[in-house]
Amino acid sequence: MKIFPFLIVLLTGGLLIYGTKEMPPWGDPNAPASLHVSPRYIEKTVEETATPDMVTSVLADYRGYDTLGETTVIFTAGLSCLLLLRKDRE
Amino acid sequence: MITQYENVIIKTICRLLIPFIQLYAIYVLMHGHYSPGGGFQGGVMMGASFILLVMAYGLDEARRRISVKALTIYACLGLFIYSGIGAIALLMGGNYLDYGKLPLPLSSIPKIRAMGILGIEIGVFLGVMAIMIFIFLAIASYDTGGKDD
Repeated sequence: MKIFPFLIVLLTGGLLIYGTKEMPPWGDPNAPASLHVSPRYIEKTVEETATPDMVTSVLADYRGYDTLGETTVIFTAGLSCLLLLRKDRE
Repeated sequence: MITQYENVIIKTICRLLIPFIQLYAIYVLMHGHYSPGGGFQGGVMMGASFILLVMAYGLDEARRRISVKALTIYACLGLFIYSGIGAIALLMGGNYLDYGKLPLPLSSIPKIRAMGILGIEIGVFLGVMAIMIFIFLAIASYDTGGKDD
């Protein structure tokens, strides 16, 4: 019965592709994603943070708490590597 | 275990390149306000320069220059700088990670915020650099029984 999983994959893929038809075009200024907070970031970044690079100011200032979480993830990954791969010294 | 690679061209090129890679990593970190870059990218470059050192000169030579104990301290220090800057803002009466409240002698709040961003980028830089080298050393020294300091 290899045909049944294949049909499920085809059906799911078809549904996903059908779902993308409703999405706004790439870079559409009227898409919901670019109407909510993006204009504020673009207009106020230099005024509020004196940082011309918007990516840095969003990453480190507006979304600073998220970046703290990312750093914690990397830190935890490194510690886990050390704990798992390093054998105990006799 | 990675042993020393007996090729004079590779060793010379690495010895010449590594300082410039490290300088560029610090440039990417410090220039993150004006161009693509920042703590993550600079930290990975800094870590890559040490990984290049390990690959060209072998684990024994590299261990003379970087110890796992120092790397542990750098990794913890990076996270500590980040959360510490957030906690200072909290103590000065702002929200957590609200850089505008940091006690810095600068003329305007946006400039203080820019310095706060630089501070946490330095924390991210230290943490990412140490963890990159950490993971590489842990994998590279696995079959030696992990005797790494």
